[in-house]
Amino acid sequence: MACAATVALAAPVCAQNDVKSYEVRGDAIPQSLTGTTGDPTRGREIVTNRFVGLCMLCHTGPFPDVPQQGTLAPDLKGAGTRWSVAQLRMRIVDSSRVVPDTIMPAYYRTDHLQRVAPQFRGKPVLTAEQIEDVVAFLATLKEN
Amino acid sequence: MSPMRCAALLAGLLIVASAIAGASEDLPREKQRSSYDDMAPATRAMQDADTDNPGMLWVLDGEALWRAKTGSAARACADCHGDAKQSMAGVAARYPAFDAKRGGPVTLEGRINACRVENQNAQTLAYESRELLALSAYLALQSRGKPIAIDEKKLGETIAAGRDIFRQRQGQLNLSCAQCHDQHYGGKLAGNTIPQGHPNGYPLYRLEWQTLGSLQRRLRNCLTGIRAENHAYGSRELIALETYLMWRARGMSMESPAVRP
Ligand code: HEC
Ligand code: HEC
Ligand code: HEC
Repeated sequence: MACAATVALAAPVCAQNDVKSYEVRGDAIPQSLTGTTGDPTRGREIVTNRFVGLCMLCHTGPFPDVPQQGTLAPDLKGAGTRWSVAQLRMRIVDSSRVVPDTIMPAYYRTDHLQRVAPQFRGKPVLTAEQIEDVVAFLATLKEN
Repeated sequence: MSPMRCAALLAGLLIVASAIAGASEDLPREKQRSSYDDMAPATRAMQDADTDNPGMLWVLDGEALWRAKTGSAARACADCHGDAKQSMAGVAARYPAFDAKRGGPVTLEGRINACRVENQNAQTLAYESRELLALSAYLALQSRGKPIAIDEKKLGETIAAGRDIFRQRQGQLNLSCAQCHDQHYGGKLAGNTIPQGHPNGYPLYRLEWQTLGSLQRRLRNCLTGIRAENHAYGSRELIALETYLMWRARGMSMESPAVRP
C-alpha cells in the first residue's frame, strides 16, 4: 500500500524505517502526517533550538530571543504568507523535492542517505509529530 | 506504482542531484583565504605573539622530545636529524608525502611514528596524545610561513580519493564538505563564519577545545556535525581527505601552531 498511487499527478513516497508514507501533490503534502494539527508553541521551541530543529543554524527569523542566527537561507519571516500549510510541510519533510541540490536536510526521510552515524540510522531528523508542530508554527509567521 | 518503480524514481532524482554537485570545481587558487583572515583581532593577536600563543607550550615539549634518547635504541631524533631548524625546515609543508617503502601516502604523524618504530625501537604514539601533538607542533613550526607544496604527481590517486569524499553528501543531515567549504564559505552557520576549511594551521590550539588538536580531530568534528559515521584516526579516508585539503591549499602559508576559535 505504501507505494500505491491513488490520484494521478500525486507521487506517493514509500514508507521507510520510522517514516510513514505520505502523498505528494505538486510541491505540497496536503495531509497532516499525524492526522491532526500540530501545536505552534511546541513548534517554536523546535525551530529555535539549535540542537533539535537546527533551523537557526542556516536561517534567520523574527526571533529576537535567538542569538547567533545563520545566514545561509532565507529569513523565515512571512513563511506563512508565502506558502500554504501543505507547501510548508513538503519543504520540511523533504525540501530536495522542491530544490534538488538544496543544503536543507530532509527532516522526514531515512533513505538515500549515506554513512549515517549509528545513533541516527533509520531515524528521521524530526518525528511526524514534531514536523506537524513546526508546520503549525511556520503558518503563524504571517508578517511580511 | 510498484515499490521498485518508486525506488527507481527516487534514485533518478538523486542522480540528477549528484550530477549537479559533481559539476563543482576545486576552489580556485586566487580565492584561497585562511581562516586567520576571518578571526577576531584578539584571536589573531594570540596566534601572532609566540608569548601568548598556547600552542608554543606544545612546541617547547616537542623540542625536549626531539632531544630525548628514546626507545630501546636509546636514540634521539636529534641524533640522526641534528638541528630541526635546518633538517626539518619546510618538511611539514610537503606532508602528506608519498612513502616509497609503503607505496602510499604518509602523514607527518605517520612519519614521526615510523621513525619511532624503525629508528628508535619505541612504541607508536596515539593521535591526540600529548607527545605526538608536541612533536608534530615542533616540526610544523619549522614550516611556519612556508608555502604548502605536496607532491601532486606521486599523490594523484590519493588526492582524487580525497576529493571524492569531500564532495560526497553524507550523514543524517546529508551534507558534503564541499557544500559548506567550497559553496558557502563566508556565510554564517549559527554564529560561526564558515571557513574554506584549510589545513594550514595544524596542529592548532582551538579555544573551544581548550587544547591543541590535529587536523584529523577537526575533520572528525565536522563529520560528527553532519551526523555521519566517523572515520578512525589514521584511516585511509582521513589521510585521503588530509591529502586533498593540502593540495587544495597549495601555495598557502603554513601558520602552525595556529589559534582558532
Ligand atoms: C543546512 C541549512 C538549513 C537548515 C538546517 C534548514 N534550512 Fe530551511 N532552507 C535552507 C535553504 C538554503 C533554503 C532555500 C531553498 C532551498 O535551497 O531549499 C531553505 C528553505 C526553507 C523554507 C522555504 C523558504 C521560504 O521562502 O521561507 C522554509 C519554510 C524553511 N527552509 C524552513 C526551515 C525550517 C523550519 C528548518 C528547521 C526545521 C529549516 N528550514 C532548516 C537551508 C536550511
Ligand atoms: C636512527 C636514525 C633516526 C632517528 C632516531 C629518527 N629518524 Fe627520522 N628519519 C631517519 C631517516 C633515515 C629518514 C629518511 C627515511 C626514509 O626516507 O625512509 C627519516 C625521516 C624522517 C622524516 C621525514 C623527512 C622528510 O624529509 O620527509 C621525519 C619528519 C622524521 N624522520 C622525524 C623524526 C622524528 C620526529 C624522530 C624522533 C621521534 C626521528 N625522526 C628519529 C632516521 C632517523
Ligand atoms: C555544515 C557545514 C560544514 C560541513 C558540511 C563541514 N564543515 Fe568543516 N567547518 C565548518 C565550520 C563552521 C568550521 C569552523 C568551526 C568553528 O569555527 O566553529 C569548519 C572547520 C573546518 C576546518 C578547519 C579550518 C581551520 O582553519 O582550522 C576544516 C579543515 C574542515 N572544516 C574540513 C571539513 C571537511 C573535510 C568536511 C567534510 C568531511 C567538513 N569540514 C564538513 C562547517 C562545515
